[in-house]
Amino acid sequence: MRAFISSVYLFLYAPIALVVLFSFNAGRNASEFTGFSTAWYGKALGNTFLVSALQNSLMIAFTSATLAAIFGTMAALGMERLAPRNRAIFDALFAAAIVVPGVVIGIATLVALVAVFSFVNPALASIWPGEQPPQLGLGYGSIIAAHGLFSMALVTMIVKARIASLGRDIVEASSDLYATPLTTFRLIVLPQILPSILAGFLLAFTFSFDDFIIAFFVAGSKTTLPIYVFASIRRGVTPEINAIATLVLVASLLLILTARILMREKKTKSGE
Amino acid sequence: MTAATNTKRNLVTAALVAPAAAWLMIFLVLPFIAMLVFAFGERAPEGGYQAAFTFAQFANLPTRAAAFWNTLVLAPVGALACLLIAYPVAYYLAVKANPRYRLILVSLVVVPFWTSLLVRTYAWMYILGSRGIPNLLSMIGIEDVRMLNTPGAVLLGIVYGYLPLMIMPIYVSLEKLDRRLLEASADLGAKPVSTFFGVTLPLSLPGVMTGVALVTILLLGEYLIPQLLGGGKVFFIGNALVDLFLQSRNWPFGSAIAVTLVAVVVVILMVAMRIAFRVAGTRQVDLV
Repeated sequence: MRAFISSVYLFLYAPIALVVLFSFNAGRNASEFTGFSTAWYGKALGNTFLVSALQNSLMIAFTSATLAAIFGTMAALGMERLAPRNRAIFDALFAAAIVVPGVVIGIATLVALVAVFSFVNPALASIWPGEQPPQLGLGYGSIIAAHGLFSMALVTMIVKARIASLGRDIVEASSDLYATPLTTFRLIVLPQILPSILAGFLLAFTFSFDDFIIAFFVAGSKTTLPIYVFASIRRGVTPEINAIATLVLVASLLLILTARILMREKKTKSGE
Repeated sequence: MTAATNTKRNLVTAALVAPAAAWLMIFLVLPFIAMLVFAFGERAPEGGYQAAFTFAQFANLPTRAAAFWNTLVLAPVGALACLLIAYPVAYYLAVKANPRYRLILVSLVVVPFWTSLLVRTYAWMYILGSRGIPNLLSMIGIEDVRMLNTPGAVLLGIVYGYLPLMIMPIYVSLEKLDRRLLEASADLGAKPVSTFFGVTLPLSLPGVMTGVALVTILLLGEYLIPQLLGGGKVFFIGNALVDLFLQSRNWPFGSAIAVTLVAVVVVILMVAMRIAFRVAGTRQVDLV
């Protein structure tokens, strides 16, 4: 059994390791390691298209994850105060946001936005006083909106689980001691759910940073890092892509490990 | 509680859930309605959508039968392949592994799931491509082996990509398992094998169902793996959808396919939930 388990871990990590290894290859050949070099990293980071795609991805991931962390936490706090029937509606919608395949979310968002724009843009043009009426279109906003949907569901799920494990007694003790609900929230509830909010933020960031398929549909003329990488891969496998891939791997690795440590802390603290 | 504080409480609750509710309405419910409307429309001559009410798009579905066939065969086969590998791993992690290393070992399973699927699939393009394994084989005299752009490559990519997602729910259900039941079974003279099939396996079935349902559903919408490892020869519904929306711009037909896909997803979810609930009442999924 040991041997089997070890080979599964090898299976999970060897391909990634190979990508990383060959990003340091001096030569172009993918099957022969001809010497250590960081030249491909220099080449990748000197590529202006790549750097601007990376900036777009970071901006989109940060914005959608921040919105998701705020609104998702608010939803998690609000949902436990809702009547059971309304809470069930929220639960179902959040579950749908998580479980519906990304390709469908991308298509549905694309179709709806294009339909809305086809009404709104002529209307804006007719009432706009100036010469150049603003044109709504696909772009950063639509990617942030579509990523925010999944991310918000994710944050809500994580924070709700944390709230459920909180003791009610400490909140009641606080209000018995004449703390206002806001003070209780600030001093008692928030510090206890903060790690899970942060973990949710990091996972949402990771999701958005790595997502290809949703952005592919709703990005319009904008390029995110995964869209850029996908286009490069179709032009051919090069060590430069390995270098970019390695950077992406390292970034998501750091994010997910931090998220896990934050979530673990909560578990040991509550003594589970 | 007075009426005034009650109203205030309701207002606070409404304010808390309002942004998420608006987001869900505008970016989930409305898009699904739009997609449904499009599915009954017609393709405009220049591409895109033209208002109409017709079932023509749905009648047209058989023209994409190959994509449905590939997806509906390879998704469950891929999920089962994941299950066969995932179950022993989850069992080892939950029951056999040294508790001191358990968290690290579990983390090592979860981490790949949260790293870019694009990069992980690219790794296999690299390995199976002409300069990878086939090149190594040609060095020992086995020439002209094609690995990339075959159904086998797609299946391998599927197992690689979704194995972590299968391991996690099974691990969670096995970890929750009450050890005393296993001891009781042994004390009553059951052999390890019959304890496994009589106690452990049935009690872990909710986790198995969750894993199989999750992986199957996500695979039904998969695009990257068949695109990169199947090279246009093994295409899924997801590939047909990208083609219809971004290349041939037949949005109504694409919407009809997407609506059908969602219907299949809903059916699978309902069946999986029913089975999982019959076995034990749990709906908890640990993704992290």
